[in-house]
Amino acid sequence: MTHETTVTDGRAQTTQGRKFKIRVERRLDTPAWWNILVPVVSIALALLFGAIFLKMTGYSPIKVYAIMFKDTFGTKYGITETLVKASPLLLSAVGVSIAFRMQLWNIGAEGQIYVGALAASWVALTFTGLPAYIMIPAMVLAAALAGGLWAFLGSAPRAIWGVNEIITTLMLNYIAIFCVEYFVYGPWRDPLSFLFPLSPMFPKSAWLPCFGNTRIHLGLVFGVVSALAVGLLLSRTKWGYEIRVIGENPDAARYSGMSISRNIILVMILSGAISGIAGMCEVSGIIHRLQAQVSAGYGYTAIIIAWLAKLHPIGIIIVSLLFGGLLVAGYSVQIYGIPADIATMLQGSLLFFVLGVEALARYRIRIIRSSPKPVQAQQAADDVAREIT
Amino acid sequence: MPQNENNIIEMHGITKRFPGVLANENINFSVSCGEIHALLGENGAGKSTLMNILSGLYKPDEGDIFVKGKRIQIGSPRHAIEAGIGMVHQHFRLVENFSVAENITLGMSTPRFRLDMTAIEDEVATLSKKYGLQLDPRAEIWQLSVGEQQRVEIVKMLYRGADVLILDEPTAVLTPQEARELFATLDRMKATGRSIIFITHKLDEVMHVADRVTVLRGGRVAATVNKKDVTSRQLASLMVGKEHSATLPEKDSLHSEPVLTLSGVTAYGDRGTIALDGVSLQVRAGEILGIAGVAGNGQRELTEVITGLRRTHSGTISLHGQNITNKTPLEIIDSGVSYVPEDRYGTGMAPNLSIVDNIILKSYRSPVMSKGPFIDYDAAKRHAKELVERFQVKTAGIHSAARLLSGGNAQKLLLGREISSDPKLLVAAYPTRGLDIGAAEAIRSILVNQRNQGVAILLISEDLDELIRLSDRIAIMFAGKIMGTLNRDEWNIEHIGLLMAGVLDVQDEEALT
Repeated sequence: MTHETTVTDGRAQTTQGRKFKIRVERRLDTPAWWNILVPVVSIALALLFGAIFLKMTGYSPIKVYAIMFKDTFGTKYGITETLVKASPLLLSAVGVSIAFRMQLWNIGAEGQIYVGALAASWVALTFTGLPAYIMIPAMVLAAALAGGLWAFLGSAPRAIWGVNEIITTLMLNYIAIFCVEYFVYGPWRDPLSFLFPLSPMFPKSAWLPCFGNTRIHLGLVFGVVSALAVGLLLSRTKWGYEIRVIGENPDAARYSGMSISRNIILVMILSGAISGIAGMCEVSGIIHRLQAQVSAGYGYTAIIIAWLAKLHPIGIIIVSLLFGGLLVAGYSVQIYGIPADIATMLQGSLLFFVLGVEALARYRIRIIRSSPKPVQAQQAADDVAREIT
Repeated sequence: MPQNENNIIEMHGITKRFPGVLANENINFSVSCGEIHALLGENGAGKSTLMNILSGLYKPDEGDIFVKGKRIQIGSPRHAIEAGIGMVHQHFRLVENFSVAENITLGMSTPRFRLDMTAIEDEVATLSKKYGLQLDPRAEIWQLSVGEQQRVEIVKMLYRGADVLILDEPTAVLTPQEARELFATLDRMKATGRSIIFITHKLDEVMHVADRVTVLRGGRVAATVNKKDVTSRQLASLMVGKEHSATLPEKDSLHSEPVLTLSGVTAYGDRGTIALDGVSLQVRAGEILGIAGVAGNGQRELTEVITGLRRTHSGTISLHGQNITNKTPLEIIDSGVSYVPEDRYGTGMAPNLSIVDNIILKSYRSPVMSKGPFIDYDAAKRHAKELVERFQVKTAGIHSAARLLSGGNAQKLLLGREISSDPKLLVAAYPTRGLDIGAAEAIRSILVNQRNQGVAILLISEDLDELIRLSDRIAIMFAGKIMGTLNRDEWNIEHIGLLMAGVLDVQDEEALT
């Protein structure tokens, strides 16, 4: 048997000399309500973990959480800021989720955001005379192409030679960030910026329209539309079907005549293009110029969001809003002298507990009191049963 | 009580059940000191189960094991090695980037604290020299050939003091040259009083090295004999059993047009060795060509080159006269080839997707199932319901995950999907393996039905009874070659058994004995 069992045997001797065994075994099927229980329990544990941390550093957890909640979902300003922060998260989470569906680990959303911003800025700064109705689509297109190209660079070695895409996409992030720095410190530096690494302001025609006089810009619409479109793509189209089959079982995909390497490249290009648009939205909707820091790690946070949402498009919309709120909450507690990193820490512990609880929920613990003989026979039978399933 | 004190191992009345299978039934087996004992049988005869019991991987449901005259319980491989029993598995258990000596000490409880690698390396070198097993103790596993890795496994067991060495199909991974060296080593070990149990399905090896032979068939002992008292012909018929009457409706397909033609096809296996060696065969419309042979002799590679999943190195494959050699799987599907793969859940389906999604796996591109870039899920559902009804598949509903289907129902669905495209050629690999009798019969009748409708069928099976019942002709594969193709009127079970075990003709057999 090549199968290494997932069973861990703990053997112990009680005082009576009777042997008992604690066995951790895999559940064959998890009940449906697990899908609700798991996130609820994990969020509770993450908040508890954060509370312990706050308490130890001398803050009242209840007060801090109250402030965090009130300043994000409790005020008009908080809500709009949450939506502003959620926009790039939503777009890039949708982007990475489609790659994850095919078991392609695109860690490069951050870099794809940067090259998207760079390409959009190039359009805005070069063709200054364009009217908005041409300028904005041109910027979106340029950003999508650049993000797609970046993802293509990361995935082509995987498709051709089987090079691990985690490494390539991750390394390309640094290249993208340094490219942006090169332009804002060098050729594109605004002479009026007092040596700050900023490009000149974009012309007004290159600003994404906002809703009313809030800072919420069209990027939010792009995000929601892309989530729904990707949902439709996956569930209804032939291409989406191929993506799902390849993600579930590449051998079955090959058997049914699908080209895996072609799909690796196409899916990664789409994934990168969506993240590229996220970068465009940041420069065109918020800062209206290119600067050295385009994204506060949105591309990495997007991975957490996609994962927490189990790659489900509607789930991604909800979790993006939650994480947007967390970012805003982090800024708001700073006023009270609490480091904004509390929000980042909560993000991290959320993922940690969700993954942890989920993994644990897949197993159950059984204590068996008996002589070792039938237990081992049972175990061998279990092994076989597990191999069959 | 042990019956003979010269027996180092005696197994009495061993029975082992797995869910739905009786793998070993009341088996008596013994090995005496200093003998090479061959355990012969087809796949699924229960050889590996019996040896896994002896090496502590399985616990028997019934029966006793005596080692050196004492009744013992073998609870784990560690107990087995403490009792002096070591098994070399078909798939090696070595750490790729550890050295030979490191792998040999790995998992041993002595020495407890300090590892004196030089001393261990010297010991390993002495031990391997003594038995003629050339090895560099400092080499890392990944640098070694498969044959050398096997030597490491053998030395590992000797180092741990094994008196009884179990080798599971040891020559399956070896070149003929390496196999000869292995046999010389076995003789040397025998001379030092060690006993060897040699699991195999190759008759020439049995005739070459064994002192005694135990033949297993269907989980039971067919016979235990001294080699010098039998011919390979007798062993072959012990191995495959009695002749069965044919039940296939007569139909003259011998002169119908050929659908699939392979000529001189050579291809490499996953390990880079030759898996198909100049295979030529023909499947005609309305006939079932059975491929007999012990699994692992090139059958999987044969199905893969035909369906485009494996590259053909040389030779040609044609379908209705059109060359399909090294075409893509999609082109081959489109030219009318359907395929029931060996691993139905691992290759033939996406187990986590719904039944509907699995039904359209081959047809989602067709205009019937799609509207532009979209899949027409209404049509897909209708088609799925139709197939489920027509083939009486028991499901919790067409939207439930395919993995929830039982083996028989999954196979009916898969076969139903494959024939619903009206193929010209159907390649079916082990279609009834692991199924209960009812489901297996259902699958067989679908196959015969297709044959009667004029589909050319290539049927691979390790169940010789099944092949004899269903096939119009049988081709026998051994070591990547077609040993012979027999028509219904000229086959006899003994002849097929000999060919399956690699014995070409009577002269060969005499040369062996």
